[in-house]
Amino acid sequence: MKRKIFLYVLLVISAFLLTFPLLFALLASFLNSGELHRGVYIPESFNFNSYVQAFASIPLFRFLINSLIVSVSVTIGQLVLCSLAAFAIVFIPFKGRNFFFFLFISTLLVPWESTVVPNYVTILNAGWLNTYQALTLPFLATAFGIFLLRQHFMTIPKELYESAEIDGCSRFRFYRSFALPLSKPVLVALGVYGFLTTWNMYLWPLLVTSDTTVRTIQIGINMMISQEASTNWSMVMAAVVIILIPTLLLLFIGIKHIQRGLTSGALKG
Amino acid sequence: MRRNEWKNFGEAMLYMLPALIILGIFLFYPMIMTVIYSLSETSPRGEVLSFVGLENYWQWMQSSQFIQSMKSTFIFTLLTVPTTVVLALYLAVLGNEKLKGIAFFRVLFSSTMGVSVAAGAAIWLFLFHPSLGVFNEFLRFFGAEGIPWLTSSTYAIYSVAITTVWMNVGICFIILLGGLQNISDELYDSSKIDGAGYFQRLFKITIPMLSPTLFFVSTITLINSFQSFGQIHILTGGGPNQSTNVIVYSIYREAFEFARFGTASSQAVILFFIILLATFLQFKFGERRVHYQ
Repeated sequence: MKRKIFLYVLLVISAFLLTFPLLFALLASFLNSGELHRGVYIPESFNFNSYVQAFASIPLFRFLINSLIVSVSVTIGQLVLCSLAAFAIVFIPFKGRNFFFFLFISTLLVPWESTVVPNYVTILNAGWLNTYQALTLPFLATAFGIFLLRQHFMTIPKELYESAEIDGCSRFRFYRSFALPLSKPVLVALGVYGFLTTWNMYLWPLLVTSDTTVRTIQIGINMMISQEASTNWSMVMAAVVIILIPTLLLLFIGIKHIQRGLTSGALKG
Repeated sequence: MRRNEWKNFGEAMLYMLPALIILGIFLFYPMIMTVIYSLSETSPRGEVLSFVGLENYWQWMQSSQFIQSMKSTFIFTLLTVPTTVVLALYLAVLGNEKLKGIAFFRVLFSSTMGVSVAAGAAIWLFLFHPSLGVFNEFLRFFGAEGIPWLTSSTYAIYSVAITTVWMNVGICFIILLGGLQNISDELYDSSKIDGAGYFQRLFKITIPMLSPTLFFVSTITLINSFQSFGQIHILTGGGPNQSTNVIVYSIYREAFEFARFGTASSQAVILFFIILLATFLQFKFGERRVHYQ
Protein backbone atom coordinates (compact mmCIF):
# COMPACT_ATOMS: atom_id res chain seq x y z
CA MET A 1 0.00 0.00 0.00
CA LYS A 2 2.77 2.42 1.01
CA ARG A 3 4.60 1.58 -2.20
CA LYS A 4 1.48 2.32 -4.25
CA ILE A 5 1.01 5.76 -2.71
CA PHE A 6 4.68 6.53 -3.30
CA LEU A 7 4.38 5.51 -6.95
CA TYR A 8 1.28 7.64 -7.48
CA VAL A 9 3.03 10.64 -5.94
CA LEU A 10 6.00 10.11 -8.28
CA LEU A 11 3.67 9.71 -11.27
CA VAL A 12 1.76 12.90 -10.50
CA ILE A 13 4.91 14.97 -9.92
CA SER A 14 6.59 13.64 -13.08
CA ALA A 15 3.46 14.19 -15.16
CA PHE A 16 3.18 17.76 -13.88
CA LEU A 17 6.83 18.59 -14.56
CA LEU A 18 6.57 17.19 -18.06
CA THR A 19 3.27 18.74 -19.08
CA PHE A 20 3.33 22.11 -17.29
CA PRO A 21 4.46 23.92 -20.48
CA LEU A 22 1.31 22.69 -22.23
CA LEU A 23 -0.80 23.62 -19.21
CA PHE A 24 0.68 27.11 -19.13
CA ALA A 25 0.08 27.58 -22.84
CA LEU A 26 -3.56 26.62 -22.36
CA LEU A 27 -4.02 28.91 -19.35
CA ALA A 28 -2.23 31.83 -21.00
CA SER A 29 -4.47 31.57 -24.07
CA PHE A 30 -7.43 32.54 -21.86
CA LEU A 31 -5.74 35.47 -20.15
CA ASN A 32 -6.27 39.07 -21.13
CA SER A 33 -3.20 41.26 -21.46
CA GLY A 34 -3.81 43.01 -18.14
CA GLU A 35 -3.71 39.72 -16.25
CA LEU A 36 -0.69 38.59 -18.21
CA HIS A 37 1.33 41.66 -17.28
CA ARG A 38 0.34 41.44 -13.62
CA GLY A 39 1.81 37.96 -13.54
CA VAL A 40 -1.52 36.20 -13.05
CA TYR A 41 -1.59 32.68 -14.49
CA ILE A 42 -5.07 31.50 -13.59
CA PRO A 43 -7.57 33.41 -15.73
CA GLU A 44 -10.41 35.05 -13.82
CA SER A 45 -12.85 34.19 -16.56
CA PHE A 46 -12.45 32.01 -19.63
CA ASN A 47 -12.67 34.34 -22.57
CA PHE A 48 -12.02 33.20 -26.09
CA ASN A 49 -10.98 36.64 -27.35
CA SER A 50 -7.43 35.51 -28.07
CA TYR A 51 -8.72 32.69 -30.25
CA VAL A 52 -10.86 35.07 -32.26
CA GLN A 53 -7.91 37.45 -32.59
CA ALA A 54 -5.59 34.64 -33.66
CA PHE A 55 -7.84 33.74 -36.58
CA ALA A 56 -8.11 37.41 -37.53
CA SER A 57 -4.42 38.27 -37.33
CA ILE A 58 -2.98 35.67 -39.71
CA PRO A 59 -4.75 33.34 -42.19
CA LEU A 60 -4.70 30.60 -39.56
CA PHE A 61 -7.54 28.64 -41.14
CA ARG A 62 -5.82 28.66 -44.53
CA PHE A 63 -2.59 27.42 -42.90
CA LEU A 64 -4.43 24.62 -41.12
CA ILE A 65 -6.02 23.47 -44.39
CA ASN A 66 -2.62 23.64 -46.12
CA SER A 67 -1.01 21.52 -43.41
CA LEU A 68 -3.85 19.04 -43.65
CA ILE A 69 -3.57 18.74 -47.45
CA VAL A 70 0.21 18.30 -47.29
CA SER A 71 0.19 15.81 -44.40
CA VAL A 72 -2.61 13.65 -45.83
CA SER A 73 -0.97 13.52 -49.28
CA VAL A 74 2.42 12.59 -47.86
CA THR A 75 0.91 9.95 -45.56
CA ILE A 76 -1.03 8.25 -48.38
CA GLY A 77 1.96 8.48 -50.72
CA GLN A 78 4.29 6.95 -48.16
CA LEU A 79 1.94 4.06 -47.43
CA VAL A 80 1.47 3.23 -51.12
CA LEU A 81 5.06 3.70 -52.33
CA CYS A 82 6.75 2.08 -49.34
CA SER A 83 4.42 -0.92 -49.26
CA LEU A 84 4.89 -1.53 -53.00
CA ALA A 85 8.68 -1.42 -52.71
CA ALA A 86 8.73 -3.57 -49.57
CA PHE A 87 6.39 -6.07 -51.24
CA ALA A 88 8.72 -6.49 -54.21
CA ILE A 89 11.70 -7.04 -51.93
CA VAL A 90 9.97 -9.70 -49.84
CA PHE A 91 7.74 -11.55 -52.30
CA ILE A 92 9.32 -11.33 -55.75
CA PRO A 93 12.40 -13.53 -56.18
CA PHE A 94 14.55 -11.40 -58.46
CA LYS A 95 18.26 -10.96 -58.90
CA GLY A 96 19.54 -7.97 -56.95
CA ARG A 97 16.85 -7.84 -54.30
CA ASN A 98 19.51 -7.63 -51.59
CA PHE A 99 21.22 -4.85 -53.50
CA PHE A 100 18.01 -2.86 -53.70
CA PHE A 101 17.20 -3.52 -50.06
CA PHE A 102 20.58 -2.17 -48.96
CA LEU A 103 20.26 0.73 -51.37
CA PHE A 104 17.03 1.71 -49.63
CA ILE A 105 18.41 1.09 -46.15
CA SER A 106 21.60 3.06 -46.81
CA THR A 107 19.50 6.20 -47.17
CA LEU A 108 18.65 5.91 -43.46
CA LEU A 109 22.19 7.10 -42.79
CA VAL A 110 21.84 10.30 -44.80
CA PRO A 111 20.65 13.20 -42.68
CA TRP A 112 18.01 14.91 -44.77
CA GLU A 113 19.43 18.30 -43.83
CA SER A 114 22.65 17.57 -45.65
CA THR A 115 20.79 17.34 -48.98
CA VAL A 116 18.66 20.40 -48.43
CA VAL A 117 20.66 22.82 -50.61
CA PRO A 118 20.44 20.86 -53.92
CA ASN A 119 16.81 20.00 -53.18
CA TYR A 120 16.04 23.67 -52.82
CA VAL A 121 17.79 24.33 -56.14
CA THR A 122 15.75 21.55 -57.80
CA ILE A 123 12.48 23.07 -56.59
CA LEU A 124 13.65 26.57 -57.52
CA ASN A 125 14.57 25.55 -61.07
CA ALA A 126 11.34 23.61 -61.53
CA GLY A 127 9.51 26.81 -60.67
CA TRP A 128 7.79 25.02 -57.81
CA LEU A 129 8.33 27.48 -54.96
CA ASN A 130 5.01 28.05 -53.17
CA THR A 131 3.37 24.90 -54.52
CA TYR A 132 1.95 21.81 -52.86
CA GLN A 133 4.19 19.51 -54.89
CA ALA A 134 7.28 21.19 -53.40
CA LEU A 135 5.96 20.38 -49.93
CA THR A 136 4.93 16.80 -50.67
CA LEU A 137 6.95 15.15 -53.46
CA PRO A 138 10.32 14.89 -51.66
CA PHE A 139 8.76 12.92 -48.78
CA LEU A 140 6.59 10.42 -50.62
CA ALA A 141 9.04 7.55 -50.10
CA THR A 142 11.09 6.89 -46.98
CA ALA A 143 13.63 4.21 -46.23
CA PHE A 144 12.16 3.96 -42.75
CA GLY A 145 8.74 3.04 -44.13
CA ILE A 146 10.18 0.48 -46.54
CA PHE A 147 12.23 -1.08 -43.74
CA LEU A 148 9.32 -1.24 -41.29
CA LEU A 149 6.98 -2.83 -43.84
CA ARG A 150 9.61 -5.25 -45.06
CA GLN A 151 10.08 -6.45 -41.49
CA HIS A 152 6.38 -7.03 -41.24
CA PHE A 153 5.91 -8.68 -44.64
CA MET A 154 8.61 -11.18 -43.66
CA THR A 155 6.31 -12.44 -40.91
CA ILE A 156 3.60 -13.40 -43.43
CA PRO A 157 3.96 -17.17 -43.96
CA LYS A 158 5.53 -18.12 -47.28
CA GLU A 159 3.02 -21.01 -47.53
CA LEU A 160 0.16 -18.55 -47.76
CA TYR A 161 1.85 -16.84 -50.70
CA GLU A 162 2.64 -20.11 -52.43
CA SER A 163 -0.84 -21.56 -52.08
CA ALA A 164 -2.35 -18.30 -53.33
CA GLU A 165 -0.04 -18.49 -56.33
CA ILE A 166 -1.13 -22.06 -57.07
CA ASP A 167 -4.76 -20.94 -56.89
CA GLY A 168 -3.95 -18.49 -59.67
CA CYS A 169 -3.85 -15.37 -57.52
CA SER A 170 -1.78 -12.70 -59.25
CA ARG A 171 0.97 -10.91 -57.36
CA PHE A 172 -0.85 -7.64 -57.33
CA ARG A 173 -3.98 -9.30 -56.01
CA PHE A 174 -1.97 -10.93 -53.25
CA TYR A 175 -0.54 -7.52 -52.39
CA ARG A 176 -3.98 -5.94 -52.29
CA SER A 177 -6.05 -8.70 -50.68
CA PHE A 178 -3.52 -10.39 -48.38
CA ALA A 179 -0.32 -8.44 -47.74
CA LEU A 180 -1.97 -5.08 -47.04
CA PRO A 181 -4.90 -6.28 -44.89
CA LEU A 182 -2.55 -8.50 -42.87
CA SER A 183 -0.32 -5.50 -42.15
CA LYS A 184 -3.01 -3.16 -40.93
CA PRO A 185 -1.42 -2.40 -37.51
CA VAL A 186 1.94 -1.53 -39.07
CA LEU A 187 0.27 0.54 -41.79
CA VAL A 188 -1.64 2.46 -39.12
CA ALA A 189 1.55 3.01 -37.12
CA LEU A 190 3.44 4.19 -40.19
CA GLY A 191 0.51 6.36 -41.24
CA VAL A 192 0.21 8.09 -37.88
CA TYR A 193 3.97 8.52 -37.70
CA GLY A 194 4.13 9.90 -41.26
CA PHE A 195 1.27 12.29 -40.61
CA LEU A 196 2.81 13.61 -37.39
CA THR A 197 6.28 14.13 -38.86
CA THR A 198 4.88 15.88 -41.94
CA TRP A 199 2.51 18.04 -39.92
CA ASN A 200 5.43 19.05 -37.68
CA MET A 201 7.94 19.69 -40.46
CA TYR A 202 9.68 23.03 -40.14
CA LEU A 203 12.87 23.62 -42.14
CA TRP A 204 11.60 22.59 -45.58
CA PRO A 205 8.30 24.55 -45.55
CA LEU A 206 10.26 27.54 -44.26
CA LEU A 207 12.47 27.36 -47.36
CA VAL A 208 9.94 26.68 -50.10
CA THR A 209 7.01 28.87 -49.03
CA SER A 210 7.36 32.62 -49.21
CA ASP A 211 3.70 33.65 -49.30
CA THR A 212 0.55 32.51 -47.55
CA THR A 213 -1.04 30.43 -50.35
CA VAL A 214 0.48 27.07 -49.43
CA ARG A 215 2.31 27.97 -46.21
CA THR A 216 1.85 25.40 -43.44
CA ILE A 217 0.70 26.09 -39.92
CA GLN A 218 4.17 25.61 -38.39
CA ILE A 219 5.57 28.50 -40.41
CA GLY A 220 2.39 30.40 -39.60
CA ILE A 221 3.31 30.14 -35.92
CA ASN A 222 6.74 31.53 -36.65
CA MET A 223 5.11 34.35 -38.61
CA MET A 224 2.83 35.11 -35.70
CA ILE A 225 5.71 35.12 -33.21
CA SER A 226 7.66 37.64 -35.23
CA GLN A 227 4.58 39.85 -35.62
CA GLU A 228 2.92 39.59 -32.24
CA ALA A 229 5.13 38.03 -29.59
CA SER A 230 6.25 41.33 -28.17
CA THR A 231 2.70 42.55 -27.69
CA ASN A 232 0.14 39.78 -27.49
CA TRP A 233 1.25 36.53 -25.90
CA SER A 234 -2.27 35.27 -25.20
CA MET A 235 -2.95 35.30 -28.90
CA VAL A 236 0.27 33.42 -29.76
CA MET A 237 -0.60 30.80 -27.14
CA ALA A 238 -4.15 30.55 -28.52
CA ALA A 239 -2.68 29.79 -31.95
CA VAL A 240 -0.33 27.23 -30.39
CA VAL A 241 -3.25 25.50 -28.67
CA ILE A 242 -5.17 25.39 -31.95
CA ILE A 243 -2.32 23.71 -33.81
CA LEU A 244 -1.65 21.27 -30.97
CA ILE A 245 -5.19 19.89 -30.88
CA PRO A 246 -5.08 17.79 -34.09
CA THR A 247 -1.70 16.18 -33.42
CA LEU A 248 -2.36 15.50 -29.75
CA LEU A 249 -5.72 13.91 -30.61
CA LEU A 250 -4.11 11.78 -33.30
CA LEU A 251 -1.34 10.77 -30.91
CA PHE A 252 -3.76 9.77 -28.16
CA ILE A 253 -5.84 7.72 -30.57
CA GLY A 254 -2.89 6.14 -32.35
CA ILE A 255 -0.46 5.73 -29.46
CA LYS A 256 -0.97 1.97 -29.05
CA HIS A 257 -0.40 1.36 -32.75
CA ILE A 258 2.67 3.59 -32.91
CA GLN A 259 4.19 1.87 -29.93
CA ARG A 260 3.58 -1.62 -31.24
CA GLY A 261 4.58 -0.74 -34.81
CA LEU A 262 7.75 1.15 -33.96
CA THR A 263 9.08 -1.26 -31.39
CA SER A 264 8.47 -4.36 -33.47
CA GLY A 265 10.35 -2.73 -36.36
CA ALA A 266 13.18 -1.65 -34.14
CA LEU A 267 13.66 -4.87 -32.26
CA LYS A 268 13.07 -7.71 -34.65
CA GLY A 269 16.07 -6.63 -36.72
CA MET B 1 13.93 -20.23 -66.55
CA ARG B 2 15.96 -17.29 -67.84
CA ARG B 3 12.88 -15.65 -69.24
CA ASN B 4 11.18 -16.11 -65.91
CA GLU B 5 14.04 -14.38 -64.15
CA TRP B 6 13.76 -11.35 -66.42
CA LYS B 7 10.02 -11.31 -65.93
CA ASN B 8 10.44 -11.27 -62.15
CA PHE B 9 13.06 -8.54 -62.37
CA GLY B 10 10.80 -6.41 -64.55
CA GLU B 11 7.85 -6.88 -62.26
CA ALA B 12 9.90 -6.06 -59.16
CA MET B 13 11.14 -2.89 -60.84
CA LEU B 14 7.56 -1.84 -61.51
CA TYR B 15 6.73 -2.17 -57.84
CA MET B 16 9.86 -0.32 -56.74
CA LEU B 17 9.95 2.32 -59.45
CA PRO B 18 7.84 5.03 -57.75
CA ALA B 19 9.94 4.83 -54.56
CA LEU B 20 13.18 4.67 -56.57
CA ILE B 21 12.24 7.76 -58.59
CA ILE B 22 11.40 9.81 -55.48
CA LEU B 23 14.51 8.71 -53.59
CA GLY B 24 16.60 9.17 -56.74
CA ILE B 25 15.51 12.76 -57.34
CA PHE B 26 15.32 13.93 -53.75
CA LEU B 27 18.02 11.88 -52.06
CA PHE B 28 20.63 10.23 -54.28
CA TYR B 29 20.93 13.06 -56.79
CA PRO B 30 21.15 15.82 -54.12
CA MET B 31 23.72 13.74 -52.22
CA ILE B 32 26.00 13.80 -55.24
CA MET B 33 25.22 17.46 -55.88
CA THR B 34 26.07 18.35 -52.28
CA VAL B 35 29.54 16.92 -52.79
CA ILE B 36 29.92 18.76 -56.12
CA TYR B 37 28.71 22.06 -54.62
CA SER B 38 31.08 21.66 -51.71
CA LEU B 39 33.97 21.67 -54.19
CA SER B 40 32.68 24.59 -56.26
CA GLU B 41 31.79 28.20 -56.38
CA THR B 42 28.11 28.60 -57.25
CA SER B 43 25.60 31.21 -58.30
CA PRO B 44 22.60 31.93 -56.06
CA ARG B 45 20.49 29.86 -58.48
CA GLY B 46 22.68 26.84 -57.92
CA GLU B 47 24.75 26.87 -61.13
CA VAL B 48 28.30 25.67 -60.71
CA LEU B 49 30.57 28.55 -61.70
CA SER B 50 34.00 27.10 -61.10
CA PHE B 51 35.72 24.20 -59.42
CA VAL B 52 37.64 25.35 -56.35
CA GLY B 53 38.82 22.06 -54.83
CA LEU B 54 38.81 21.98 -51.06
CA GLU B 55 38.78 25.77 -50.78
CA ASN B 56 35.29 25.85 -49.20
CA TYR B 57 36.37 23.38 -46.53
CA TRP B 58 39.60 25.22 -45.68
CA GLN B 59 37.94 28.59 -45.57
CA TRP B 60 35.31 27.38 -43.16
CA MET B 61 37.71 25.44 -40.98
CA GLN B 62 40.01 28.44 -40.60
CA SER B 63 37.19 30.78 -39.62
CA SER B 64 36.37 31.48 -35.99
CA GLN B 65 32.86 30.37 -36.84
CA PHE B 66 33.98 26.79 -37.33
CA ILE B 67 35.36 26.39 -33.81
CA GLN B 68 32.29 28.11 -32.37
CA SER B 69 29.86 25.98 -34.36
CA MET B 70 31.66 22.72 -33.52
CA LYS B 71 31.85 23.70 -29.87
CA SER B 72 28.15 24.56 -29.74
CA THR B 73 27.18 21.35 -31.50
CA PHE B 74 29.34 19.28 -29.17
CA ILE B 75 28.07 20.92 -25.97
CA PHE B 76 24.51 20.78 -27.23
CA THR B 77 24.77 17.03 -27.95
CA LEU B 78 26.37 16.39 -24.59
CA LEU B 79 23.62 18.31 -22.82
CA THR B 80 20.70 16.73 -24.66
CA VAL B 81 21.42 13.06 -25.44
CA PRO B 82 22.23 11.55 -22.01
CA THR B 83 19.57 13.69 -20.32
CA THR B 84 16.85 12.63 -22.75
CA VAL B 85 17.69 8.93 -22.52
CA VAL B 86 17.95 8.86 -18.71
CA LEU B 87 14.76 10.89 -18.28
CA ALA B 88 12.86 8.70 -20.75
CA LEU B 89 14.15 5.56 -19.02
CA TYR B 90 12.96 6.86 -15.65
CA LEU B 91 9.54 7.66 -17.09
CA ALA B 92 9.31 4.30 -18.85
CA VAL B 93 10.17 2.32 -15.69
CA LEU B 94 7.60 4.37 -13.79
CA GLY B 95 5.03 4.04 -16.55
CA ASN B 96 5.52 0.27 -16.71
CA GLU B 97 4.16 -0.23 -13.16
CA LYS B 98 0.90 -2.13 -13.09
CA LEU B 99 -1.37 0.39 -11.41
CA LYS B 100 -4.90 1.63 -11.88
CA GLY B 101 -5.03 4.57 -14.26
CA ILE B 102 -1.50 4.01 -15.57
CA ALA B 103 -2.74 4.38 -19.17
CA PHE B 104 -3.58 8.01 -18.42
CA PHE B 105 -0.05 8.72 -17.20
CA ARG B 106 1.42 6.97 -20.23
CA VAL B 107 -0.53 9.29 -22.49
CA LEU B 108 0.76 12.31 -20.55
CA PHE B 109 4.36 11.07 -20.64
CA SER B 110 4.24 10.58 -24.40
CA SER B 111 2.36 13.83 -25.08
CA THR B 112 5.39 15.83 -26.20
CA MET B 113 5.62 13.56 -29.23
CA GLY B 114 2.48 15.27 -30.53
CA VAL B 115 3.97 18.73 -30.01
CA SER B 116 5.51 20.20 -33.13
CA VAL B 117 8.87 21.95 -33.05
CA ALA B 118 7.26 25.31 -33.83
CA ALA B 119 4.52 25.01 -31.20
CA GLY B 120 6.93 23.67 -28.58
CA ALA B 121 9.46 26.41 -29.25
CA ALA B 122 6.72 29.06 -29.09
CA ILE B 123 5.64 27.79 -25.67
CA TRP B 124 9.19 27.76 -24.32
CA LEU B 125 9.83 31.21 -25.77
CA PHE B 126 6.96 32.35 -23.56
CA LEU B 127 8.20 30.42 -20.51
CA PHE B 128 11.69 31.91 -20.95
CA HIS B 129 10.36 35.46 -21.43
CA PRO B 130 12.50 37.84 -19.31
CA SER B 131 9.60 39.69 -17.63
CA LEU B 132 6.43 37.66 -18.30
CA GLY B 133 7.93 34.17 -18.31
CA VAL B 134 7.06 31.74 -15.54
CA PHE B 135 10.69 30.84 -14.78
CA ASN B 136 11.73 34.39 -13.96
CA GLU B 137 8.43 34.98 -12.17
CA PHE B 138 9.28 31.95 -10.04
CA LEU B 139 12.82 33.17 -9.33
CA ARG B 140 11.61 36.62 -8.39
CA PHE B 141 8.98 35.12 -6.09
CA PHE B 142 11.84 33.69 -4.03
CA GLY B 143 13.68 37.02 -4.14
CA ALA B 144 16.24 35.91 -6.73
CA GLU B 145 17.03 37.86 -9.86
CA GLY B 146 15.66 36.84 -13.24
CA ILE B 147 17.96 35.01 -15.63
CA PRO B 148 18.43 36.17 -19.24
CA TRP B 149 17.57 32.66 -20.49
CA LEU B 150 17.84 33.32 -24.19
CA THR B 151 19.75 36.57 -24.45
CA SER B 152 22.94 35.61 -22.62
CA SER B 153 25.56 33.65 -24.49
CA THR B 154 26.20 31.57 -21.35
CA TYR B 155 22.61 30.49 -20.70
CA ALA B 156 21.16 30.33 -24.22
CA ILE B 157 22.57 26.91 -25.08
CA TYR B 158 21.20 25.43 -21.84
CA SER B 159 17.77 26.90 -22.52
CA VAL B 160 17.70 25.50 -26.05
CA ALA B 161 18.93 22.15 -24.71
CA ILE B 162 16.13 21.99 -22.09
CA THR B 163 13.58 22.68 -24.82
CA THR B 164 15.09 19.96 -27.01
CA VAL B 165 15.11 17.36 -24.23
CA TRP B 166 11.46 18.13 -23.54
CA MET B 167 10.59 17.72 -27.23
CA ASN B 168 12.43 14.42 -27.68
CA VAL B 169 11.51 12.68 -24.45
CA GLY B 170 8.03 11.63 -25.62
CA ILE B 171 9.09 9.36 -28.46
CA CYS B 172 11.96 7.87 -26.42
CA PHE B 173 9.50 7.10 -23.64
CA ILE B 174 7.17 5.26 -26.04
CA ILE B 175 9.96 3.15 -27.51
CA LEU B 176 11.49 2.31 -24.12
CA LEU B 177 8.08 1.43 -22.67
CA GLY B 178 7.59 -0.96 -25.59
CA GLY B 179 10.95 -2.52 -24.80
CA LEU B 180 10.06 -2.94 -21.13
CA GLN B 181 6.77 -4.63 -21.97
CA ASN B 182 8.66 -7.17 -24.06
CA ILE B 183 10.61 -8.43 -21.05
CA SER B 184 8.89 -11.58 -19.85
CA ASP B 185 7.33 -11.59 -16.39
CA GLU B 186 8.87 -14.99 -15.62
CA LEU B 187 12.27 -13.39 -15.20
CA TYR B 188 10.91 -11.12 -12.49
CA ASP B 189 8.94 -13.90 -10.82
CA SER B 190 11.98 -16.12 -10.43
CA SER B 191 14.04 -13.22 -9.09
CA LYS B 192 11.35 -12.45 -6.53
CA ILE B 193 11.61 -16.02 -5.26
CA ASP B 194 15.35 -15.47 -4.98
CA GLY B 195 14.58 -12.46 -2.79
CA ALA B 196 16.01 -9.74 -5.04
CA GLY B 197 15.02 -6.17 -4.11
CA TYR B 198 13.57 -3.51 -6.39
CA PHE B 199 16.85 -1.84 -7.35
CA GLN B 200 18.62 -5.17 -7.69
CA ARG B 201 15.95 -6.24 -10.17
CA LEU B 202 16.22 -2.89 -11.97
CA PHE B 203 19.98 -3.13 -12.50
CA LYS B 204 20.34 -6.91 -12.82
CA ILE B 205 17.32 -7.66 -15.02
CA THR B 206 15.53 -4.61 -16.41
CA ILE B 207 18.44 -2.57 -17.73
CA PRO B 208 20.45 -5.46 -19.21
CA MET B 209 17.33 -6.87 -20.89
CA LEU B 210 16.43 -3.42 -22.15
CA SER B 211 19.88 -2.65 -23.52
CA PRO B 212 19.07 -3.24 -27.22
CA THR B 213 16.22 -0.75 -26.96
CA LEU B 214 18.31 1.70 -24.95
CA PHE B 215 20.95 1.45 -27.61
CA PHE B 216 18.45 2.14 -30.39
CA VAL B 217 16.98 5.08 -28.48
CA SER B 218 20.40 6.66 -27.85
CA THR B 219 21.25 6.42 -31.53
CA ILE B 220 18.07 8.12 -32.71
CA THR B 221 18.34 10.79 -29.97
CA LEU B 222 21.91 11.51 -31.02
CA ILE B 223 20.91 11.88 -34.66
CA ASN B 224 17.87 13.98 -33.69
CA SER B 225 20.06 16.26 -31.64
CA PHE B 226 22.48 16.86 -34.51
CA GLN B 227 19.56 17.75 -36.73
CA SER B 228 17.98 20.32 -34.38
CA PHE B 229 16.88 23.38 -36.25
CA GLY B 230 13.36 24.70 -35.60
CA GLN B 231 13.75 25.39 -31.89
CA ILE B 232 17.00 27.30 -32.53
CA HIS B 233 15.47 29.27 -35.37
CA ILE B 234 12.56 30.36 -33.16
CA LEU B 235 14.28 30.71 -29.77
CA THR B 236 17.66 32.28 -30.47
CA GLY B 237 18.33 32.59 -34.19
CA GLY B 238 21.73 31.00 -33.56
CA GLY B 239 22.78 33.77 -31.18
CA PRO B 240 23.72 35.43 -28.96
CA ASN B 241 27.27 35.68 -30.30
CA GLN B 242 26.66 32.46 -32.26
CA SER B 243 26.58 30.50 -29.01
CA THR B 244 23.70 28.36 -30.32
CA ASN B 245 24.83 28.22 -33.95
CA VAL B 246 24.83 24.40 -34.15
CA ILE B 247 25.67 22.74 -37.43
CA VAL B 248 22.30 22.50 -39.20
CA TYR B 249 21.55 26.09 -38.29
CA SER B 250 24.92 27.09 -39.66
CA ILE B 251 24.16 25.30 -42.95
CA TYR B 252 20.84 27.16 -43.15
CA ARG B 253 22.50 30.52 -42.55
CA GLU B 254 25.27 30.02 -45.10
CA ALA B 255 22.91 28.80 -47.82
CA PHE B 256 19.74 30.76 -47.32
CA GLU B 257 20.85 33.96 -45.64
CA PHE B 258 24.17 34.52 -47.41
CA ALA B 259 23.48 32.43 -50.57
CA ARG B 260 26.84 30.68 -50.19
CA PHE B 261 25.85 27.22 -51.41
CA GLY B 262 29.47 26.06 -51.62
CA THR B 263 30.34 26.66 -47.97
CA ALA B 264 26.93 25.41 -46.87
CA SER B 265 27.47 22.19 -48.82
CA SER B 266 30.90 21.60 -47.36
CA GLN B 267 29.30 21.83 -43.91
CA ALA B 268 26.56 19.45 -45.07
CA VAL B 269 29.21 16.92 -46.12
CA ILE B 270 30.87 17.25 -42.72
CA LEU B 271 27.46 16.77 -41.03
CA PHE B 272 27.01 13.59 -43.02
CA PHE B 273 30.38 12.23 -41.86
CA ILE B 274 29.79 13.25 -38.24
CA ILE B 275 26.50 11.33 -38.20
CA LEU B 276 28.10 8.37 -39.96
CA LEU B 277 30.92 8.35 -37.41
CA ALA B 278 28.54 8.74 -34.47
CA THR B 279 26.39 5.86 -35.67
CA PHE B 280 29.46 3.72 -36.32
CA LEU B 281 30.98 4.45 -32.90
CA GLN B 282 27.73 3.70 -31.16
CA PHE B 283 27.47 0.39 -32.96
CA LYS B 284 31.09 -0.50 -32.24
CA PHE B 285 31.19 0.44 -28.58
CA GLY B 286 27.51 0.31 -27.76
CA GLU B 287 27.03 -3.16 -29.18
CA ARG B 288 29.52 -4.69 -26.75
CA ARG B 289 27.52 -3.60 -23.74
CA VAL B 290 24.28 -4.74 -25.26
CA HIS B 291 22.77 -7.92 -23.97
CA TYR B 292 20.61 -9.81 -26.47
CA GLN B 293 18.01 -12.28 -25.33
